Amino acid sequence: MLKVENLTVNYGAIKALKNISCEVHQGEIVALIGANGAGKTTILNSISGILPIDSGKISFSGTDITKTPPHEIVKMGICQVPEGRRVFANMSVHENLEMGGYSVKDKAAVNAGIERAFTLFPRLKERSKQLAKTLSGGEQQMLAMGRALMSSPKLILLDEPSMGLAPMLVEKIFEIIVDINKSGTTIMLVEQNAHMALSIANRAYVLETGEVVLSGIAKDLAEDPEVRKAYLGE
Amino acid sequence: MGASLQNLVAGMDPYFLQIIVNIGIAIILALGLNIITGLTGQLSLGHAAFMSIGAFVGALLTIKTGLPFSLNLILAGSITALVGAMIGYPILRLTGDYLAICTLGFAEIVKVVFLNLDITNKALGLSVPPAHSSIPMPIMVWICAILAIVAVTFLQNSRFGRALKAIRGDEIAAESMGINLARYKISSFALGTFFAGIGGALYAHFLGYINPSDFSFLKSVDILSMIVLGGLGSVPGAVIGASVLAAAPEFLRFMSQYRMLVYGALLVFLMVFRPNGLLGGVNFVDLVLRKLGKKPQLAVRNGKKGE
Repeated sequence: MLKVENLTVNYGAIKALKNISCEVHQGEIVALIGANGAGKTTILNSISGILPIDSGKISFSGTDITKTPPHEIVKMGICQVPEGRRVFANMSVHENLEMGGYSVKDKAAVNAGIERAFTLFPRLKERSKQLAKTLSGGEQQMLAMGRALMSSPKLILLDEPSMGLAPMLVEKIFEIIVDINKSGTTIMLVEQNAHMALSIANRAYVLETGEVVLSGIAKDLAEDPEVRKAYLGE
Repeated sequence: MGASLQNLVAGMDPYFLQIIVNIGIAIILALGLNIITGLTGQLSLGHAAFMSIGAFVGALLTIKTGLPFSLNLILAGSITALVGAMIGYPILRLTGDYLAICTLGFAEIVKVVFLNLDITNKALGLSVPPAHSSIPMPIMVWICAILAIVAVTFLQNSRFGRALKAIRGDEIAAESMGINLARYKISSFALGTFFAGIGGALYAHFLGYINPSDFSFLKSVDILSMIVLGGLGSVPGAVIGASVLAAAPEFLRFMSQYRMLVYGALLVFLMVFRPNGLLGGVNFVDLVLRKLGKKPQLAVRNGKKGE
């Protein structure tokens, strides 16, 4: 479904990504794990088109999207939940969801999308009229995910959904990610919380300073002594 | 009808009339900048330069052609918007301070160009003949001001307006929602400068004389102060801010040389006590509906009353 080949991105003199290749198949949950600065977010930003890349090729369902601008990529069915949630602080929960459906022209489809988000996240329904900045971190994460689902994407790019959340909420969020996946949305997930990420993912890539050092079935990686030592704290 | 309007205006105190017209023009300028800076969050320090483009284009159209004034205004606005879009294209990739400094630099360039062109009469400035119109200029100014208020109010609540607000809220998130950043930012810049051009053309014809030095950096800051004072992104705020700041130097005239001191102090106090501006964060339509009882009071307030 999504294919990244030999992706290279430089920030000035710093090589953020060196020849990264990875793949996401229809219906999967794929996790990218690794330490701070390994290049996980850079990969997501390159896919969604927010960041210009230096070389390499990204294709989605057989179409080359390497040079496609971000708003076109959203229309093709890829939606990113950016790192740090980035909800529209001064808009209400309802307005945030409406913005998520900005690329959807059909008003009825937008309303149906909002209803769907409220079913998935009942908490958002309770807070529908509240300004997004008054929500807790967990609620903002729910809103960011609900907002991304509004465009009915085929592939969702989730950037650090567990960031800054209490352990109980992290579990809740990951349960919802699995639910979203079960309802037919493919997921690419970036996480520092390797344990949680590997527990729900089908496959995973381990990144270190801009390179893929390991990849494979998530369950196998979770058993791998190297991974356990480096990322699971054993 | 034209004649009776002429009589109405002729019967008014010219000093009073001048203030009223200044307020009307200030409202148009402030609403324009409010689209760029208030709604879209792009700080521009060159609004007076766009006003000067409208002023000179409008004046030259009246001097060189027999175009009716309404058409003249639309042309002055459109040409200014075109320049705005052309300038916007390269510089709107920048944000915050960098964008502000670029608009500042652009404004200086415009001023120097007008100071050196033969057609704008260089540093002597241009005398502007009366407009080709039967409607007196003060009425024309207020027709435009009211049209601008209506247009910007509609714009704010439209799909387009929501996209601009999203860009102000968070550019990366807006982009992730499928909003074409470049297109919307340039459109917002073009629209805002369109209003600046109209305001400039009205200014030129009301005053009858324009000079490139009238449209300095200070003028841009004046317009910016109006929308900050009123509350960024609020239409009623821009109208009130423009009215207060356009009239204040006149109402404070009795303090003679101290008036600018008081004017400055007023601005400082306001920013300390209402950092979001007079009407910042107030949803005017909601507020009016609540007062009229058409909408329930805020839940929190009800709770407190009940206790």
